[in-house]
Amino acid sequence: MAVKVKDLLDKGFVLLAGEKGIEKEIEGVYICDLLSWVMAHAKAKNAWITIQTHINIVAVALLAELSCVIIPENAKLYEDAKKRADEEGISVLSFSGTSYEAAIILYEMMK
Amino acid sequence: MGLLAEVVKEMVLYSLDFNVKARDFDSAGEVSSNLRTVLKQLSLNPDVVRRSCIACYEAEMNIIIHSYGGHIKIEIFEDKIRITAEDTGPGIEDIELAMKEGYSTAPEEIREMGFGAGMGLPNMKSNSDFMEIKSSSEGTTVLMEILFK
Ligand SMILES: Nc1ncnc2c1ncn2[C@@H]1O[C@H](COP(=O)(O)OP(=O)(O)O)[C@@H](O)[C@H]1O
Ligand SMILES: [Mg+2]
Repeated sequence: MAVKVKDLLDKGFVLLAGEKGIEKEIEGVYICDLLSWVMAHAKAKNAWITIQTHINIVAVALLAELSCVIIPENAKLYEDAKKRADEEGISVLSFSGTSYEAAIILYEMMK
Repeated sequence: MGLLAEVVKEMVLYSLDFNVKARDFDSAGEVSSNLRTVLKQLSLNPDVVRRSCIACYEAEMNIIIHSYGGHIKIEIFEDKIRITAEDTGPGIEDIELAMKEGYSTAPEEIREMGFGAGMGLPNMKSNSDFMEIKSSSEGTTVLMEILFK
């Protein structure tokens, strides 16, 4: 069965913004902090794990058709980024562990 | 192709023009997000929408990061979309070098935000079917076309 963004909420991920987007499906994971690199290599419907927390991550996720943004190690999301994510319906989730640990959970869920 | 069909092919069916301010990182991506909304409303093929938006985003970011300001014109034709990003600014000295993956003159504080990976122009090239750069010490114009195919 397809994994949805909302399924992450039972696995220790916390929704910070973009509640409208939680029904989106996740078909893969992409980890990178360079925005143009993400634009070039992430695939549509990837969950994106990044330590960038500024407003521009919302546009990147929207334009590259990503499923959601995951911020590891409880990094704080900027207030204007939260507002934009809510407007655009881009779910942003925080996770207490590392990018690696987040990716493992996603891998297990998608198996 | 008949003459009428040729004329129709050259007709701009819909056009938009957006200003882009230099160094305005807070509204970065707004032009491309607006473009996405319009293209979705026109029910274009999702792959065309995504490629157009990524190409437009990189052009928008380059105006914000590297120029003194400019504008982006979007023209929709029967069989393609044309994105023209025009700015006033220092221009690109060596276009061939600028096209190389990883080449960037972006300052450190901008790189820390994840910009300046030197992948913008290569991304524009790979997401468009046609791309042309004109640049001088007065400014830069990048024209890209994405075919509906
Ligand atoms: N509109 C522009 N005006 C002036 N220089 C530009 C412009 N666009 C690109 N450049 C130059 O080309 C380089 C490569 O651009 P790009 O591939 O988009 O990488 P990045 O924007 O990450 O530096 C830039 O670092 C800059 O030196
Ligand atoms: Mg660039």
